[in-house]
Amino acid sequence: MELKFEKHLFKPKWVDYAVPVGSIIMGLLLGAIFLLCAGVNPLEAYREMLHGAFGTMYAFSETVVKTIPLILIGLGVAVAFRMLLWNIGAEGQFYMGAIGATWVALSMGHLPAIKVLPLMLLAGFLFGGLWGLIPALLKAYGGANEIITTLMLNYVAINLCDYLVYGPWKDPEGKGFPLTKQFAEGACLPLLYKRIHVGVYLALIAIVLIYLIINKSKWGYEIRVTGENIKAANYAGINVIRNIVLVMILSGGMAGIAGMAEVLGLTHRLQHGFSPGYGYTAIIVAWLARLNPLAMTLVAFLFGALLVGGDQIQMSMNLPGSMTGIIQGTILFSVLGGEIFSQYRIKFRK
Amino acid sequence: MKGITKRFPGLVANNKVDFDVKVGEIHALLGENGAGKSTLMSILSGFYQPDEGEIFINGQKVRIKSPRESIELGIGMVHQHFMLVETHTVTENIILGLREQSLFTSVKKGSKVLSHNLLFSVLMLFPHIKKLDITKFNKEITDLGELYGLPVDPEARIWQLTVGEQQRVEILKVLYRGAKILIMDEPTAVLTPQETKELFKTLKKMTAQGHSIIFISHKLDEVMAISDRITVLRAGTLEGTVSTDSIDKRGLARMMVGRDIITLLDKPAVTEEKKEILQVNNLKAFNDKGMEALKGVSFSIYSGEILGIAGVAGNGQNELSEVLAGLRRAVSGKILLCGENITGTSVRERIDRGVSYIPADRLGVGLVPNLDAKDNAILKGYRKPPVSEGPFLSNSAMEKLVNKMIEDYEIKIADKSFPVRLLSGGNLQKLLLARELLGEPGLIIAVYPVRGLDIGAAEFVHKVLLKQRERGASILLISEDLDELLTMSDRIAVIYEGKIMSILLIEDANKESIGLMMAGTEVVTEEILKE
Repeated sequence: MELKFEKHLFKPKWVDYAVPVGSIIMGLLLGAIFLLCAGVNPLEAYREMLHGAFGTMYAFSETVVKTIPLILIGLGVAVAFRMLLWNIGAEGQFYMGAIGATWVALSMGHLPAIKVLPLMLLAGFLFGGLWGLIPALLKAYGGANEIITTLMLNYVAINLCDYLVYGPWKDPEGKGFPLTKQFAEGACLPLLYKRIHVGVYLALIAIVLIYLIINKSKWGYEIRVTGENIKAANYAGINVIRNIVLVMILSGGMAGIAGMAEVLGLTHRLQHGFSPGYGYTAIIVAWLARLNPLAMTLVAFLFGALLVGGDQIQMSMNLPGSMTGIIQGTILFSVLGGEIFSQYRIKFRK
Repeated sequence: MKGITKRFPGLVANNKVDFDVKVGEIHALLGENGAGKSTLMSILSGFYQPDEGEIFINGQKVRIKSPRESIELGIGMVHQHFMLVETHTVTENIILGLREQSLFTSVKKGSKVLSHNLLFSVLMLFPHIKKLDITKFNKEITDLGELYGLPVDPEARIWQLTVGEQQRVEILKVLYRGAKILIMDEPTAVLTPQETKELFKTLKKMTAQGHSIIFISHKLDEVMAISDRITVLRAGTLEGTVSTDSIDKRGLARMMVGRDIITLLDKPAVTEEKKEILQVNNLKAFNDKGMEALKGVSFSIYSGEILGIAGVAGNGQNELSEVLAGLRRAVSGKILLCGENITGTSVRERIDRGVSYIPADRLGVGLVPNLDAKDNAILKGYRKPPVSEGPFLSNSAMEKLVNKMIEDYEIKIADKSFPVRLLSGGNLQKLLLARELLGEPGLIIAVYPVRGLDIGAAEFVHKVLLKQRERGASILLISEDLDELLTMSDRIAVIYEGKIMSILLIEDANKESIGLMMAGTEVVTEEILKE
C-alpha cells in the first residue's frame, strides 16, 4: 500500500467547500482529545457549547456580538493578505481604534450623537489605520518585514491602552479598577436587540464594500495582481509602494472600526484587556474563509459561537478558559493541514 | 516504451506511443509544444505514471514509480532550467543530489558504492571537516569531466559559471549518478553557436562510451546534425520514427506540423518616410547584483523598422529591455521617444506613450498565472475606458475585449475562467501579444518572443510582428536565434558584455561574423547607421 500525492491540474469546485468543512470537523475531533484529557465527555461539552452559543435568544445575541469584530477585522486582514502583506497586527490596530474612539467619546461625548458618532467612526478608522501605516512605511521604504513590525506594534498598542486606563483616563470613581469612566449616552452605539448594537450594520456594510473593492474595482484588481505576481504588477505600471501603504491603512482601519464598535457598543468604556484576542482569531477566520468576504460572514459567526460556547463550558463544566483557545488551535491546525488536500489529490495504490 | 498512454483531465497527452533508444545512440524527440514530449519523458523519469503501456530497460519490464527509481535504473534528465544551488560549489551541487536519494542506505553508483551518505550529510553541517572529505569528490568529478570533455572547476561556485558551464555541471551531475540514458531537454536553447558545437562533441563522446541520449529539441538543424534517429510526436500520438539519413528538414517539418511550412516570411519594404522613434544615448544601468550590465549603449530605431539585438543571454539584453520599459533605472544616458526625453519616467507613463513590452518570462512577468484570461487581457488597459468604469471594471467590456483577442489571435482556450497557467506556451504568447499590440503601440520591445514555441506558433508571432512593422511600429527584437534575427530584422546590433559591438544592415550581416561578435571577438566592419 502506497500513498501518492499528485498536484491537482484542474481543481474540482467541491474541493473548495469540502476541505474547510472537513478541516473543522477534524479540528473538533482533535479538540475532543483535549476535552477527554480534561476529564469531560467531549460530546457533552460540544452540546453544551452549542447550547451556550445558540440555545437561547440571549445566547444567540451574544454570538452575534462576538461575530461583529471578527467580521470587521477579518475583512481588513483579508485585504492585506490578498496582497501578500502579512498583517498580524490586527489586535493592536483593534486596540488603537478603541483608543481613538474613546478619546473622542471622552472629550466630545457631550455633543449630539449625530455629530459625535461619525467623528468616532473616523477616529477609530484613523487610529487603526495609523497602526497599519507605520509598518507599511517601514516595509515600503525600509524593506522591514511587516510580520515582525505589525506583531510588535500589538504590544505597543496594548500597553498604551493600559497606560491610559491606569493613568490619565482612569475613572476617579472606578474604585481603582483600570477603566475609563462610562461614556455619555450620546457617544454610545444604539442597541438593536439585547446587546446587539448598530455595529452589526457596520459589519454588513463592510462585507459589501470589501467585496466590491476586491472583486469589482480597479484598485482591487491591482491588489489581486500584486498579490499573485508582483513582477507583473510592476510591469503593468501598478504603483506597488502606494498600494502597500493604502492597503495597510485600510486593513488597520477596519480593525480600528471594530475596536471602536466594541468599546462604544458593548463595554461603553475603555478598559484593561477588553479584547479576547479578536485580532488573532480574525486571522484564522480570514484564512478559513479563503479571504472571501461572503464566506467570512459564516466563518466569523462560527468562531463567535465558539467563543461564546467556550465561555459557557467554562462556567457550567468548570473547564479552564484556555480550552476555547485550544479548540481554536486544533481547528487552525486542521485548516492549515487540510491545505494539502486542496492542492493535491491523494491516491492509494497497492 | 511500448503503447504509453497518459490522460489528463480533458486531454490525452500521450496516446499509445512507442519509443525506444539503443545503446550508444542519439535519438531525437521532436514535436511541437503540447505534442507530448515532456509528458513522455516525465513518465520515463518517474514524475508521472502512465495510464497504459509498458517500459522495458535492457529487455526487462520495469515500473518507474518515482524519480528516485528512475535514477536507480540509470536514467538521468538534464533539465532545460538548471536545478543548481547558485551559492554552492560544483562538487557540492553534484553530491547534493546523491544525498537526497537516501540518508541511511548506500547508493549504487555504477559499480561503486557510496556508503557514507549519512556521514556526508552530517559533515555538510561542519564546513571544516567537509573540506577534508571533499577533495576525493573533487578529483572524481575532475576525472569524470576529462573523460567526457566537460572541463569544469569543481571548487567554483555556480553563480560564477557561464550558462554553458552550468549545463556541464548538470550533465556531470547526471553522469555521476551513473546514468546510462540521458534525457536532454532542449539543451542548446541557452548556448551560443560555438558552445553548441562543444556540447555536440561531448554528446558524441558519451555515446562512444556506451551512453544513450534522448535529445529533445525544436530546432530542425540541430536534430539533423546530431541525431542517429528521430521520433516525431504530434498531438500526443506517434507520427513516426525515422533514421536521420533518410529524411530532410522539410520532411521533418511536415511530420511535426502536419502540413508544409512556409519558412520564408514575406517582409515587404516599408515605403513611408522613416521617422526616428526611439533614440538611446550612451545608456548605462546596473544588473540585480549591482554590477554594470549596460556600459554605454547607443542606437536608434526608426518607424517601420525592426532592430534585432543579437547576443548570448546575460550580456545585458534583459537589462536593456527593462530600462527601456521603465522597470529598471538608468544610471546615466538618455532615452528619447519621438524626440522627448523619457529616461526618468514611470512604467505607467511609458505604457501611456505607447511603449509595448513582450518580456522574456511570459508567466513570471508578462502574465499573472493564477488569474484568468479576462484579468490578464486587461493588465495594461484596465485604467482606460471602456474597461474602466469610474472606480470599477466593466465586466461586459472585459468579456468583449477577451473574446476579440481570442478570435483575432486564434487563441485556443478551453474555459475563459481557468487560470492562464493552464494554457500552452503558444497560446500564452498569443494572449500576451494580443494585449501588448492593442492600441497600436509606437515602440514594441520583444524579448525572445518565440522562445519555447512550436513552429506554428512561432510563425504566427513573426507574422504578427511583421504586420506591426508594416503599420509603422518600431520593434526592438532581442533574440539568441540568429536565423530568427536574420529573417526578421532590418538591422542587427550585436551586444556583448553590455556594449554594442556593431550595428549591421541586414544586407551586410552573416551568421559567422555575428556569432564571433557574440562571443566577444571584434570583427572589422564598418558601423553603419542609417541617417
